[in-house]
Amino acid sequence: MKTLILEDVVKQLELKPLSGQALLQKEVTGAYCSDLLSDVMGHSDEGQVWITLQTHKNIMAVAALKDLAAIILVKGLVPEAEVLSLSEKEGIPVLSTTLSAFEIAGRLYQLLEA
Amino acid sequence: MEFSYIIEGGDFSKAGSASSEVKKILKQLNLAPEKIKKIAVAMYEAEVNIVAHAYKGVMEGKIDAEKVFLRFRDEGPGIEDVDKAMQEGFSTASEEVRQMGFGAGMGLPNIRKNSDSLKVSSEVGKGTTVEITSYINN
Repeated sequence: MKTLILEDVVKQLELKPLSGQALLQKEVTGAYCSDLLSDVMGHSDEGQVWITLQTHKNIMAVAALKDLAAIILVKGLVPEAEVLSLSEKEGIPVLSTTLSAFEIAGRLYQLLEA
Repeated sequence: MEFSYIIEGGDFSKAGSASSEVKKILKQLNLAPEKIKKIAVAMYEAEVNIVAHAYKGVMEGKIDAEKVFLRFRDEGPGIEDVDKAMQEGFSTASEEVRQMGFGAGMGLPNIRKNSDSLKVSSEVGKGTTVEITSYINN
């Protein structure tokens, strides 16, 4: 799996940054797709993008503790208040897609494996 | 060094904040990144367990040249069957907590996988104590 720059991922997958527009130069080493927080704690790795439908502020705590590169919220879901300010504080952008987890994961996988 | 952080039961808005503070300390102490990653997982799970199940609790930590020791003490309902609670997939979390993506029965197994020693003692109706040890040089 290759390393990409987050900004390129955002452009190619047509993601909408909801926060952290100034933080898109970081590297993406992979991705993890799950809505169970303990699963993400146990199995994601530093530098990965996290694809999820969870929108509450605990996603920022998990992403920060795991040093994840960014969070992609699927199906156009809108994060709860405070998520975006926490996102800026932790330096972890929240990105939005209208696609489902299955579709966005498939496209991101192709980018990372291409 | 020693430290302690209060953890409020039921307050998911602050879940993870104590772990985040301790992670900063571990970074300042220049522990190996791989070690910090594992301790971060273990302490977050223990912290969330208090938030999800107890009324209130405290994380007490002690770090020396040999190890990081973390003790999570709570006042809460306690655990009836600790062996069962250690099983992957077993959870008594509420539906509301599960919908947030917690309570998948992976917390204690995650702690065990990410620590060198895990001790859980509990008294039903009183509370639970979880002790986690991570040796620095292994």
